[in-house]
Amino acid sequence: MGHAIRVRGLTKRYGEVQAVGGLDLDVEEGEVFAVLGPNGAGKSTTVEILEGYRQRDAGEVTVLGRDPARPTREWRSRIGIVLQTADDRAELTVRETLRHFATYYANPRDPDELMEQVGLTDSAGKRIRQLSGGQRRRVDVALGVIGRPELLFLDEPTTGFDPEARRRFWELIEGLAHDGTTIVLTTHYLEEAETLADRVAVVARGRVVAEGDPATLGGRATAKARVTWSDGEVETDNPTAAVLQLSRRYDGEIPGLTVTRPTLEDVYLRLIDARDPLSGGVPVTAAAVPVESAS
Amino acid sequence: MTTTPAAVPRAAVPLPSPLRIALARAAVETKVLFRERDAVVFTFALPIVFLVLFASIFSDSAEGTGVTVAQLYTAGLIGSGVMGTGFQNLGIGIAGDREDGTLKRLVGLPMPRAAYFIGKIASVLVMTVLQVAILLAIAVLFYGLELPAEVSTWATFAWVFVLGVSAASVLGIAVSGLPRSGKSATAVISLPFVVLQFVSGVFIPITQLPDWLVNAASIFPLKWMCQGFRSVFLGDAGAALELTGSYELGKVALVLAAWLVGGLVLCVTTFRWKGRRDG
Repeated sequence: MGHAIRVRGLTKRYGEVQAVGGLDLDVEEGEVFAVLGPNGAGKSTTVEILEGYRQRDAGEVTVLGRDPARPTREWRSRIGIVLQTADDRAELTVRETLRHFATYYANPRDPDELMEQVGLTDSAGKRIRQLSGGQRRRVDVALGVIGRPELLFLDEPTTGFDPEARRRFWELIEGLAHDGTTIVLTTHYLEEAETLADRVAVVARGRVVAEGDPATLGGRATAKARVTWSDGEVETDNPTAAVLQLSRRYDGEIPGLTVTRPTLEDVYLRLIDARDPLSGGVPVTAAAVPVESAS
Repeated sequence: MTTTPAAVPRAAVPLPSPLRIALARAAVETKVLFRERDAVVFTFALPIVFLVLFASIFSDSAEGTGVTVAQLYTAGLIGSGVMGTGFQNLGIGIAGDREDGTLKRLVGLPMPRAAYFIGKIASVLVMTVLQVAILLAIAVLFYGLELPAEVSTWATFAWVFVLGVSAASVLGIAVSGLPRSGKSATAVISLPFVVLQFVSGVFIPITQLPDWLVNAASIFPLKWMCQGFRSVFLGDAGAALELTGSYELGKVALVLAAWLVGGLVLCVTTFRWKGRRDG
């Protein structure tokens, strides 16, 4: 297994704002990799550089063996992109749109099969303009994967989904990952990252501040566990012992028992919290927000 | 999904040819253009409404040359139609594509970039041919326009038309970057087009304009396009109505070709695939 993506010392500046400052990243072939981070952290800028949309200021970047700053058609055909916002092609039907996009690729998926897989068969004859937000997003995903990409970028794919639609979407992504597609996902939903990703990177202030398995990120798995029950709570390194002890005390069932480790969200919030001495605890890189949120 | 693993069939099949993609773009662009029903109706209706208006307002033939008002306005309105579809509609359409993310999505595809422009120009060509056909049919049926009989005249029509559509389209592509947003595109792009129609002999015969206005209009392609079309529909009798007593077809070809080349250079050097807010 080689690297699908390799990034060293990536920097990008918009005028006065340092959007990305010395970012390193490795994504292995075949893994699902989530990039987390607050708005303005440099997440979207980084992903857009990887997708070949933006030029970097400095650093080494290799995506599927090529420099994305000089994309070729062959390289583009191996990559699928699901953009954050898209409201184009409103006057074509779903089927027409998928068939058209299939013509760009050497060996596209079958449009009808794909519609079935993303749950759009019933809307096949509808114009894109008439679709609901969730249906539209599924069209975006279908267009992203129609060329059988080796590497798929998903930029906040489930924003605005209801919980059921999000579950179905996750199944779709898991299926793609199972087939060997490398997936890079940016999301604000930590549950999504935890469900889908083999590894996550937390980006803050233009750098990766933590990286790893979502289950162990930031020392989650080894952090003190919190045992709570009806009459009390305790933080301990040995939750099993605590529970056994309680069980003896209550002679069986412990009323209202929970055992928790820090959630990914706890870890995430701690990581993105202003550790930067310059920011002095104010929301991080607030100045970068207008640039990032607009992109 | 249970399909073949993504990596397996890769290198075996070559990418579709650029020509095939350009044809697919042309088909899609034309389809989308005709689906925007209100735009289609008004694009086709505009020159017809003008023809009906002008033919009703000015009903006599011009200065005893036997040239009819229908001939004069058919020529002018074809020029205006070419410019309207190529320059104005295309420019506004591309500004919209830039605004709504179409361009961004296309850049991310394995699409030769020229295919986008070929698709746009092909859709303009289809639209304009239909527009001209309808205009000519109405002029012939209701206003007694006599179509030229000689093949050579139609050959002139063909080259003026093709050169005109090409020049107008590349200028439309170039001007699409001027408006700051898709919303302001209509206002920004329509003004120069409306002004040009008044000074290029579409609405008002060019002989009735002051010299400085004629000189200014002579810089732009619409004046020459209309002059070329007048040579087709007014014939030799109408040449006397021209400022120089001649249709100056050589100059028509030269000016239109110059705009085509200049427009291409502008497109290549200034075309933006991103919206302003995309940084």
